[in-house]
Amino acid sequence: MFAYSVRRILMTLPVMLVVALFVYGLLDLAPGDPAVFLAGDDATADEIERIRMTLGLDQPFVQRFGIWLVNIVQGDLGVSLFTGLAVSDMIAQRIAPTFTLMLMTLIVSVAIAIPIGALAAWRHNRIDDRLIMVGAVFSFSLPTFVVGYALAWVFGVELRWLPIQGYVPFSEGVWKSIRTLILPTLALASVYVALITRITRATLLETLSQDYIRTARAKGVGHRNLLFRHALRNASVPIVTVIGSGVALLISGAVVTETVFSIPGLGRLTVDAILRRDYPIIQGAILLFSFLYVLVNLIVDLLYRVFDPRITY
Amino acid sequence: MRRFVDFLRRHPTVAVGGLIVLLLIGLALLAPWLGTRDPTALSPIHRTRNPSAQFWFGTDLLGRDVYSRVLYGARISLIVGFSVAALCFVFGTLIGLVSGFVRWVDAIVMRIMDGLMSIPTILLAIALIALTRASLENVIIAITIAEVPRVVRLVRGVTLTLREQPFVEAAVAAGASPWRVIFRHVFPNTVAALTVQLTYICGLAILAEASLSFIGAGVPPSIPSWGNIMAEGRSLWQIKPHMIIFPALFLSATILAINMLGDGLRDSIDPRMAKRI
Repeated sequence: MFAYSVRRILMTLPVMLVVALFVYGLLDLAPGDPAVFLAGDDATADEIERIRMTLGLDQPFVQRFGIWLVNIVQGDLGVSLFTGLAVSDMIAQRIAPTFTLMLMTLIVSVAIAIPIGALAAWRHNRIDDRLIMVGAVFSFSLPTFVVGYALAWVFGVELRWLPIQGYVPFSEGVWKSIRTLILPTLALASVYVALITRITRATLLETLSQDYIRTARAKGVGHRNLLFRHALRNASVPIVTVIGSGVALLISGAVVTETVFSIPGLGRLTVDAILRRDYPIIQGAILLFSFLYVLVNLIVDLLYRVFDPRITY
Repeated sequence: MRRFVDFLRRHPTVAVGGLIVLLLIGLALLAPWLGTRDPTALSPIHRTRNPSAQFWFGTDLLGRDVYSRVLYGARISLIVGFSVAALCFVFGTLIGLVSGFVRWVDAIVMRIMDGLMSIPTILLAIALIALTRASLENVIIAITIAEVPRVVRLVRGVTLTLREQPFVEAAVAAGASPWRVIFRHVFPNTVAALTVQLTYICGLAILAEASLSFIGAGVPPSIPSWGNIMAEGRSLWQIKPHMIIFPALFLSATILAINMLGDGLRDSIDPRMAKRI
């Protein structure tokens, strides 16, 4: 197990290296001179020169990529071309709403989707199963921002129960802060819930048709025990895998959700950076999100044994 | 024809999804003859009108007719969806087949694909868009680069299992050249799974373009795409929801139809799953 964990952790290094190379190398693929491009159409020669110096574009590629990489590993993501502030500081300021939103969505989605998926599998082909599956197809197909506006319209504009804009930090009260994120969480959860419900139902159906389930049933194991202890436990590995790979959807969705609800998070920071051609910020945000994705899936891989002790490496 | 009808009867989701997609293609192609006006014509006196007999879906901030823009927007969405699916098909299949057959290529290609897949689609596209001038072509290329690893993985996976099959060995033994083995014997067997995957990719691409345009990182604002129409309606959505509702309805119906089509096709090639659903 230890040897496997070490090997698995080392396996993430080439992946992150490819991500870094891609995000960095893109700059050199920009049309013409990257410094001129980033400076914009009405830039002065001084501004172009400043950007060239900031990004070290006067050095050969391998050398500056090496320096950049060493800095990244030390937590230095460079400076913003627009504000001149450190990218890592700018990201740190915006990280709280985004991560809270994603964490809340993860918890809410799993809490909703697994029971629903289990119910659908249990009531296979009956009316409740059918309704759940139709609902899942719908909620999987509705774009996050469409769900977001619909929720904001009903609960914000019509009923006036919840705020539809902005974000209140934790320091101003936990409940106040969570309240601002309820609608964004539900909007972001819609796709994720559908994804987890479908995989839960599919794997449980597979599991419930196995012989040992029939044996358990024959020896008188109760419904609840049968479903949750015997079946769900054995179906957990594919479900956890999809929860992990679905984090990519969650990240893309968070960027869009922040725009709908005007949340000053990382997604908004990234989107604003595009309009200003502030590439270091985009680099930083992508690296961070990709690292998060790789990390989550690493943890999922390492957790397989917890869910299924029969797995050996 | 008879078999086709039978197929549709057994897989109603394919029929319904396919019908909606065909309807949309019809609307997009016939847009100029469906009572639309120039989707980019400004008309400042008619700004932010609510839906009426004159403006079926109302007008936007610059007085442009939302109905016309939504119908012409269908063209943009379909162009993006089909182009990305086609490009993913060509490049994904080629890279996947070669990767499945040539060991040393495989090692390199799969590392690159793993890297690309760890960058969430929207962010990958944002990075590419940030470094190019906004254009429809660049959006298509950006989404293709984000989606192509899925196709590569699928084709490579199928290829790896197929190359061990007796019929492939037989073809090799009979003296078929490597290219003949790949395109005559292996490739046709990937088509079924590939069709399903490309259907989903078409839907994902339409969604990605709409999301990118909505956050302001997609096709240029001058092009009437559903994402752009919604982006323009963002500032006034609480009092003038029609600017968001109509493009949102069209977008949702399109994605739903394509997903139904994909689900139906998947069940038809994997009858084991179909019986259960």
